[in-house]
Amino acid sequence: MLKVESPAKHLMAHGISTCAGCSMELAARYLLKAAGPQSIVVIPPGCAALLSGFGAETVVKVPVFQGNLENTAAYAAGIRAGLEVLGKEGINVVGFAGDGATVDIGLQALSAAFERGDHILYVCYDNEAYMNTGIQGSASTFPDAWTTTTPAGKEGLGKNMLEIAAAHRIPYAATASAGYVNDLARKLTAAVQAAREKGPAYLHISTPCPTGWRFDPALTIAVAKAAVQTRAWNLVEVVDGDWRLTVEVKDPKPIGEYLRLQGRFRALTPEQEAKLQQLVDSEYEKLLAHLK
Amino acid sequence: MAVKRRLLDGNSAAALAMQMARVQVAAMYPITPQSPIAEAMSEFAAQGSYPKKFMRVESEHSALSAAVGACLVGARAGTATSSVGLALMHEVLGVASGVRAPIVMPVVNRALAAPWSLWADHQDAMAERDSGWLQLYVENVQEVFDSVLMAYKIAEDPRVLLPIMVCQDGFFVSHNSEAVAVPAQEVVDAFLPPYEPKNAYLDPASPLVIDDLTPPTLFTELRYQQKEAFANALTVIEEVGAEYGRLTGRTYGLVEEYRLADAETALVVLGSVAGTMKGLVDERRALGERLGLLRIRSFRPFPAAKIRAALTGRKRVLVFDRSAGLGSDTAPLFTEVKAALAGLSPAPQLFGYVAGLGGRDVMPATLARALAAAEKGSGQGVSAWIDVNQAEVGGEKEC
Repeated sequence: MLKVESPAKHLMAHGISTCAGCSMELAARYLLKAAGPQSIVVIPPGCAALLSGFGAETVVKVPVFQGNLENTAAYAAGIRAGLEVLGKEGINVVGFAGDGATVDIGLQALSAAFERGDHILYVCYDNEAYMNTGIQGSASTFPDAWTTTTPAGKEGLGKNMLEIAAAHRIPYAATASAGYVNDLARKLTAAVQAAREKGPAYLHISTPCPTGWRFDPALTIAVAKAAVQTRAWNLVEVVDGDWRLTVEVKDPKPIGEYLRLQGRFRALTPEQEAKLQQLVDSEYEKLLAHLK
Repeated sequence: MAVKRRLLDGNSAAALAMQMARVQVAAMYPITPQSPIAEAMSEFAAQGSYPKKFMRVESEHSALSAAVGACLVGARAGTATSSVGLALMHEVLGVASGVRAPIVMPVVNRALAAPWSLWADHQDAMAERDSGWLQLYVENVQEVFDSVLMAYKIAEDPRVLLPIMVCQDGFFVSHNSEAVAVPAQEVVDAFLPPYEPKNAYLDPASPLVIDDLTPPTLFTELRYQQKEAFANALTVIEEVGAEYGRLTGRTYGLVEEYRLADAETALVVLGSVAGTMKGLVDERRALGERLGLLRIRSFRPFPAAKIRAALTGRKRVLVFDRSAGLGSDTAPLFTEVKAALAGLSPAPQLFGYVAGLGGRDVMPATLARALAAAEKGSGQGVSAWIDVNQAEVGGEKEC
């Protein structure tokens, strides 16, 4: 058995069993730092279930309930309701789920919690596929990307989860990236505060996955940054309905500089790449329309 | 002792009992014929009474999920459902029982689609008989009220710690008004102290992960603990029923015997059809026939020893199922009774009948036909369908 000599800092142990270069783990560390020890976290059985643990062992120092894939928000809402009737104040209730558990199967329960105005923070770590079950495509998979269930490239443009969240008129919704941790940390703090004081808060974090995206684990942060610098992923914050870019990319790089870092776009033709460039450009134009 | 008599139907009796049990969080989604429970609970919450929080969720799946979440932080929680709503909860039913959350859920029994039906049938709850929930089946509105109150006491007993369904027949009980004796709130409070989590719970002061991935050996051990809890529940249900009897004069057990002591022929049933059958028993008794009835209140845990003792010495036993048991020669209740009586000597002749599906009336005449069929040996050892007339749906009549 591995003997860990140094005590873990903060609320998560080191030496945990996520894949090498996992940016979900990085996001989780920042999340727990922002939420603090007075938190209860609901995690569905995805990649983040590795944080829940196995048998009698766990890697987190806050209470966690591992729910089902589609009901993270409903469990969190029930926990919040229970704390409320018992008069237990000052506890953050957090859902931490992947894109499959959020954008696909979990959307119904999440939408309902948004609509009811439940005081929960919901964080989606988006690695753009069902990574824990072996890289199957989700509604969040980037267009034309290879996965084990989109062997010829993913068809369809996917869902714009930030617009979906913001359309519920919740007090706080934002995108973030594992490549921009200062921006991420600030948004997590804002989201925790919004969930305490105002209502539902939603944070959607781009967390590149070396295993599923087929890149060297040493390049995780470079890939995450490339997504932002090519405008494949935009860093946005919607506070009480007001949209703003938190990291403005004035001189974007061509999309190819992001795609070519990854094996999942290996089969892309020049025509497809041009189409994706158009897509990224037009999505950015639509995003700008939200900004006043 | 202050006892009020109030005119209640089965749904309002369930809601009133949950209110008087001081349920703190209720998460409910409407479905016919359960909807009035959700309406009543939301009204109670709006008035500032119990439940302190009514959660208007978007599905039964989320209703039970929210109840589990509330229960795990220490709140007394409940939900209610019916039919396809219960089916939608299926996944979370296993979570609630696996994390030992003592949630109480009135189930208004209704047939499962397809074809669509709005009416009484036990298929919905029977499909969940291995979900790790206790299941009580009640006969009338008074019993709905009493059983929901007792259910919290049973579920929260440290020897049990399992969720429980209180099953009432759709419309026959849920929408039928009766004068119900309602004990004073002080009596209920003395009977049912506030809920305190006794097992795993979520508290930042004492961090714990609940429901993480569990290795095979530990998984088996934890399932075994659930099995033991069901065995304990056999005792607890009777203890709680006796205590409730001392407080209210209405004692409940695992089964109810009606004129069974000297009966030659015993009818075995679940739910509201027992009322019709008791009438039939009285009629036949007046004619000198030694007929009696055994109503099974607790289907999970299944009180096999109790049933065996009650049916020992009977010449004939007729078991009525309100669910089809498709693909098996014997419908669910009959299967269990048959197993409970296996090896009994002298052995009663066993007959099974499927009746009343999708709310179809089970009339005295139906029962008379079943008794006549048993005389001829039809239905012996298997579940025979009575009252089927295929000519009605364009097929051939077979019986």
